[in-house]
Amino acid sequence: MILVFIEVREGKVKKSSLEALSEGKRRADDLNTEANAVLVGHNVESLASEALPYGASKVYVVENSLLSHYSAAGFSQALFSLVEEIKPEVILFSASSMGKDLAPRLAAKLGVSLASDCTRTVAKDGKLEVVRPIFAGKAFITLSFKASPIMATLRPNVFPLGEPGEKNGEVVRKEVVIPEDQIKAPALEILREEGAEIDVTEAEIVVSGGRGMKGPENFDLLRDLVSLLPHSALGASRSAVDAGWIDHQHQVGQTGKTVSPNLYIAFGISGAIQHLAGMSSSKFIVAVNKDSEASIFKVADFGVVGDLFQVIPYLKEELKKLASE
Amino acid sequence: MNIFVFVKRIPDTESKIRINHETGTIVEEGLNFVLNPYDEYAVEEALRLREAAGGKVTILSVGAEESLVILKKCLAMGADEAFLLKDNTPETYDGLRMAKIIARALEKRFPDYSLLLFGKQSVGNDNAQVPSMVAELLGLPQVNVVTKLEIKGTKGTAHREIEGALEKASFSLPAVISAQKGLNEPRYETLKGIMMAKKREIPILSFDDLDLKEEEIVPLLEVAKMESPPPRQAGKVIEEEPEEAAKRMVEYLHNEAKII
Repeated sequence: MILVFIEVREGKVKKSSLEALSEGKRRADDLNTEANAVLVGHNVESLASEALPYGASKVYVVENSLLSHYSAAGFSQALFSLVEEIKPEVILFSASSMGKDLAPRLAAKLGVSLASDCTRTVAKDGKLEVVRPIFAGKAFITLSFKASPIMATLRPNVFPLGEPGEKNGEVVRKEVVIPEDQIKAPALEILREEGAEIDVTEAEIVVSGGRGMKGPENFDLLRDLVSLLPHSALGASRSAVDAGWIDHQHQVGQTGKTVSPNLYIAFGISGAIQHLAGMSSSKFIVAVNKDSEASIFKVADFGVVGDLFQVIPYLKEELKKLASE
Repeated sequence: MNIFVFVKRIPDTESKIRINHETGTIVEEGLNFVLNPYDEYAVEEALRLREAAGGKVTILSVGAEESLVILKKCLAMGADEAFLLKDNTPETYDGLRMAKIIARALEKRFPDYSLLLFGKQSVGNDNAQVPSMVAELLGLPQVNVVTKLEIKGTKGTAHREIEGALEKASFSLPAVISAQKGLNEPRYETLKGIMMAKKREIPILSFDDLDLKEEEIVPLLEVAKMESPPPRQAGKVIEEEPEEAAKRMVEYLHNEAKII
């Protein structure tokens, strides 16, 4: 059985965990086994049915009032109890913030190793293997597992969501006993800026600016584009972040975030090797840069040699025109 | 406060990564190795906490003897002590193996810890596993990817970066914290610090010193293959007047890429 952790954030199921479930279901079919899902928390049972259309045979709901706030220690204890009982061969998570925090804690509890941030899974000789980037995508390794259960986190935005099907599975509620002292470092509060943008790792389109933006005020030009493009987020290169023009949360590259959106638009980014590592797995790359020799053009599907400050106003017009058609 | 910081030597981010296809490992020759940038934030935070509340900052690295260079850097920044735990095993990409080594080192040699600081991940293996695993093995609270840390007495709060927001977590010491960019601005070593660090002898510990047997830390992951990413073909590059360029770009995105 492949068990997939379904993440609930602020009362909503996270899409990237449904991507992980879809991938789990595909591999479960290859391996002639079933894919199951698990939700952990307090008052999350009503969300369990959202996992059914993606092929879950059973959706476990591990409920406890002590789990109303996320903590890696508490959630891993809850998952551990379930895993001990149902003994899955494979456990998958989305490599979201929560998945990256929780999966290693559970792995250590189970005494098994974990493959992080995988971009491919393969059924080989009746067992699961995974492929994952290292050096932010400058190389890829294929990992096989020597212990059971196999554990992996899957990068968001990489695995296609399955076609929603019939809800043939069932929801199974599990009560767990968790000693109160097992809740360590609970996240009691979520702080969100007013009008906060989508995170670069979750966006379908990333509009990114580099040194060529010349100053913090010009990032508003990119924010305008973000507001015109659906499911888009604002990105930045390390030089723009280090210059203090924009918060590091937006940084794409080897010391920032690795992104794989459908479209990455780079404005005034030369394409340093550490930046390319973080974005070259994007499906389409478009670049605007004054310097025709810039390295970014070596990876761009479509490049414009020109002044971004002159191009952006026309680009906004064209996008508005297209939207009104 | 007795603070421990765990650091790793990594190829700098400007490195081109080449693969030795016979051994399935990274070619280290010609790479410039540095202190993992996220670890630098962890070291800086430890020094600031010590400056504010007193205590001691000890740096530990697990790796080959070449790691002494980064330990000297940490001493030059102002750390009180540094230890190398010698491990000549090539990178295994197995976070649990590393976590077991670190947990054992703490239990056997440094049981009197109040705060364990890590970088949020090491650049290169990009695992982001070891802090959580050490926390689990030692039964400690963990807060990862931290951009703000406050400690008062034996209690702490930390801001942890999540998708498009921050989580605020509260915990008691001892605890595991991993540092994210933005936590602080690491200081440069002073000349005096560099001179002092140069003279310091850094103790080297072996697995024997920790009663750690190789069979306890056999990697449970196997690297079956290592490959370069598929090369990206450069596409079309145009040099037109801004208005025409914008028009062609939107046409491309609409008609060819079919994204908008």
